[in-house]
Amino acid sequence: MSTIGYENWAVDLAEVGPVYPFQGSEVLMVVLGVIFWVGWHRIQYVRESAHLEEARGMGEKEKIDKMLERY
Amino acid sequence: MDGNLNALTTVFTEFYYWVTVVFMFLIHVGFCMYEVGASRRRNHMHTLMKNVMIIPLVTVTFFFFGWWIYWAFPNAFPGMGGISTEAGAPYAPWSENMGTNLQDRITGVFWAAFLLFSWTAASIVSGSVIERIRSSALWLHAVMIGSVWWIIDAAWGWHYDGWMVKVLGYHDAYASGVIHAIAGGYALGVIMVLGPRLGKFASDGTPRDIPPHNPWMLTIGIFLIYTGFWGFYAACNVPAISPEVIDGQIVGTTWTATNIYLAPTSLSAITFNFLMSLSGGLMAAYVVSRGDAFWTFSGGLAGIITASAGNDLYHPIQAMLVAAIGVVIVYKLHYWVERKFKLDDAVGAVAVHGYSGVVGLIIAGFMLWGAPSSPYEGYATINPIGQTIGAVIMFGLLGFLPGWALAKIQAAVGVLRIPEEVELMGLDYAEHHAYEDAKADIIAADKAALAAK
Repeated sequence: MSTIGYENWAVDLAEVGPVYPFQGSEVLMVVLGVIFWVGWHRIQYVRESAHLEEARGMGEKEKIDKMLERY
Repeated sequence: MDGNLNALTTVFTEFYYWVTVVFMFLIHVGFCMYEVGASRRRNHMHTLMKNVMIIPLVTVTFFFFGWWIYWAFPNAFPGMGGISTEAGAPYAPWSENMGTNLQDRITGVFWAAFLLFSWTAASIVSGSVIERIRSSALWLHAVMIGSVWWIIDAAWGWHYDGWMVKVLGYHDAYASGVIHAIAGGYALGVIMVLGPRLGKFASDGTPRDIPPHNPWMLTIGIFLIYTGFWGFYAACNVPAISPEVIDGQIVGTTWTATNIYLAPTSLSAITFNFLMSLSGGLMAAYVVSRGDAFWTFSGGLAGIITASAGNDLYHPIQAMLVAAIGVVIVYKLHYWVERKFKLDDAVGAVAVHGYSGVVGLIIAGFMLWGAPSSPYEGYATINPIGQTIGAVIMFGLLGFLPGWALAKIQAAVGVLRIPEEVELMGLDYAEHHAYEDAKADIIAADKAALAAK
């Protein structure tokens, strides 16, 4: 058994197509990939919101003035 | 070169490898920038020189014996047949092939492609030991990892005739193990003996962050490493070869690109997978490090390295997910090791290269289980046990052990680490002093000349 569908290379390459593992699971892979992508946005969005909320209370007027001057 | 097709293929292959070498030079530029950016101002010039001198030292030794090792050592392991002086003869430094020779247009560019991998292996070690190792000590390590240990592992596991490929079914298409695991393991061996930078750990053992002096230099450095990595990927392939020349099990007349084992793949496949594993690594590292810029950048690299063992065959989504999983493991492992063993890996090289390489090899064993490791008959197929044994050989036997042993010898004779006073005042102190003196001297001379007018 081979995950790529070939156990040896005794083949005519003119007749070989996909050689990636788990052929036939493309839709499942896309679903997993999309979950990873959307999940990433979700985690990032939540964390950024928490960070911005925390950051808005951190400023000291003197330091902010200095930062503005520094450009 | 008889026949136009033969001539064209030879010249194309010659040019192909030449271009990869030029691209790969950017890896070293990137490493230099990264190391200098990560070091503190008082250590800049020494940090830079330490890495730059890897180039000539590894180059000449790779010419003298490194390239010969690759061809003579594929079966140099107990019970496997031993060193083949016959196979190595055309690549000995006194061979006619190792010079301008119109009958051999490939050896020079192929040698150079491997040589650039050697620089990378040495440069990975160089990053983890900055700001406290003696340059003389590092340069000896550079020669050993760059022209001896990594090329032995390449002969064993990255050669169409290597015993690890034949017996273990070892598969490592873009060098998760043969470059990254070994260099990370070697760096771990050295830093265990070398010890942390002064101030790295508080008196209660809590690790302190030593921030880079120039984050932008680090950023450009790692982007240059990414760019050079493209060249590295291309250099790991044979660009165009016929089944007749491979002379293995493949039948028919269809030409193909192959990996280093002469098994079929394509540039298109590795382009998909390079970009998707880079992306998976960046995304996972951003999340796991909570948006830390440098871990995110390094995570991109770690992602590619984790997927590299199987990136000749993976589906792009698999490459992305393998990279993401690898990065999470590597990040957690880095901080666990740092806290537990009080080790100071200044640029995270052991994690980004070493742990990623090991994790990538093992994952590839499962993902590619049962796939042929070679186009030749009688070779073991790819499997998790072979890949795990391979990871132990790369990281432990040929990486960690030699690095640790040589560092122990250097420490015993007092030539490994710089004196504490020099570490505190900075490695560049003497040069900086001379620079300031020379500046004051020339300014005074110019002023005197002006006053005399």
